[in-house]
Amino acid sequence: MKRFGSWAIAGLVLLLGRGQRRRQLPPGKPVVEGGSPAPGSELVVVGLLLLAAALAVVFIVLFAGRANTQLLGLALGLCFAALAVASVLTAFRLLSSEVDDEPYPELHPFEAAEIEQIAVESGQHLTRRKLLVLAAGAAGTALAVALLAPLAALGPVFDTSRLRRDPWRKGMRLVDANGRVLRANDIELNTLHTAFPEGVDRENLAAPIVVVRVEPARLDLPADRSDWAPGGIVAYSKICTHAACAVALYRAPHFEPSRPRPALVCPCHYSTFDPATGGTVLFGPAGRPLPQLPLAVGRRGELIARGGFSGPVGPSWSGVRE
Amino acid sequence: MKPALLIAAFLALVLPQLGGADSGGDLYLQHCASCHGRGGAGVPPGGEHFGPPLQGVGEQAADFYLRTGYMPVQEASQEPVRKSSPFSDAEIRSLVTYIGSFGGPPIPKPQPERGSTSQGLKLFTENCAGCHQVAAQGGLVVGGTAPRLADSTPTEIAEAVRVGPYLMPRFTRRQLSDRDVDSIVRYVQLTQNPDNRGGWGIANLGPIPEGLVAWLLAGGALVGIAVLIGGRER
Repeated sequence: MKRFGSWAIAGLVLLLGRGQRRRQLPPGKPVVEGGSPAPGSELVVVGLLLLAAALAVVFIVLFAGRANTQLLGLALGLCFAALAVASVLTAFRLLSSEVDDEPYPELHPFEAAEIEQIAVESGQHLTRRKLLVLAAGAAGTALAVALLAPLAALGPVFDTSRLRRDPWRKGMRLVDANGRVLRANDIELNTLHTAFPEGVDRENLAAPIVVVRVEPARLDLPADRSDWAPGGIVAYSKICTHAACAVALYRAPHFEPSRPRPALVCPCHYSTFDPATGGTVLFGPAGRPLPQLPLAVGRRGELIARGGFSGPVGPSWSGVRE
Repeated sequence: MKPALLIAAFLALVLPQLGGADSGGDLYLQHCASCHGRGGAGVPPGGEHFGPPLQGVGEQAADFYLRTGYMPVQEASQEPVRKSSPFSDAEIRSLVTYIGSFGGPPIPKPQPERGSTSQGLKLFTENCAGCHQVAAQGGLVVGGTAPRLADSTPTEIAEAVRVGPYLMPRFTRRQLSDRDVDSIVRYVQLTQNPDNRGGWGIANLGPIPEGLVAWLLAGGALVGIAVLIGGRER
């Protein structure tokens, strides 16, 4: 996908480049006195442009390798710096300049033509015009591709199955942070419990869940989840779908008729989710509901999972699962 | 003159207590029953006044809400805030006893000296700091505010953990044992009297505000020095 994108951009640049044929100089006396050629400076500018292109490529490689963001910033920053120095050198060393002492005039057609002539003639004594244009094109293309590369982070286009992978299996028991098995009786109204799948690595992003009890009469789950909440006990991923913080707060009104409804709240940016309606977003920056885990009660009253989550766990960027 | 004054003072101190000791029911009828119903049965929403039942909340919740001044409130929709209670200590005690007679848990007796400050910090960070902030300075939650705990007594903290007042969740003994609560109380006591070695705690909000203040002060000092040593050429 990424390769296809770069080819498309390269093609686009070539196409646009073809359209701009060099214009013929109008006949007549030149306005700008021809300066002396500066092949040394030209080489330096070409070198800087190629350096900028190389740094843009380095950015793409670092991004693909999921390097740390400071290296990414360094590569992009140096790339822009090289472009800036190249532009400054071009302006001061390669192009002759003509200073117009008159106050800024209204442009008569004649004057406009003269200014255009100045602009065209100022680059006349370049000895390696083609090389310079090629280097600038390379730098521009590489930079454009580098700036578009992060689009790849929006997620896999074809294979999204790994976003849905989680360690929960049918019949797996819920244990608390101390490894004790959670029973349905432990989940009282207005209490928030954190649980994990028994015997699974807790560092896994999809392992931690929050468990609360909603009054069964207030449950309003989607139709296909009607048997996911035994006795009103619901379980959701503890990882906020906004920025992957732990959903650690439970808004538990003591007296409901006059209070905001019960909600799971993320302390980072106050994304607020409704446990009674399948984790839908009530407030805050989260863009997706909290994924719900189907629950059942085992023979000895212990809480067990009935399968995996209702959706992908974690925030909406793909690198989070690695 | 003097003995008369003394006797009057003695009566003023003792009489309300004697009178209050058996007036819990009367106080309840006067100040609580319009919303919480006779006998703590509660009043369902719909009318002008309504409120939750108090059967089963026990002395624990009654003591918390009255000591903190959360109750009485004018309307059920009002967010309770900490204020000095309109009731005297003796009146609170008799009200608490009366409401406790509806049934429910007794007033907890935390023993912070048994707790550990470091364990308290860990538990407070995990369970409380999301709303109350790790320095116990309070904060915002969606739909309400979490109070600062600067004036909370050990008993109030232990009560709040078990009761879950207003929007706060409550914690069962399985989640936080009484020993855990002792540690949390001990940690909150540390935040109430922090050890400000530098002399100026800046509300103990942490290193970033401290850094900002330091930068502002240092920046001002540097500008002052620059003005002193530099002079415009004439």
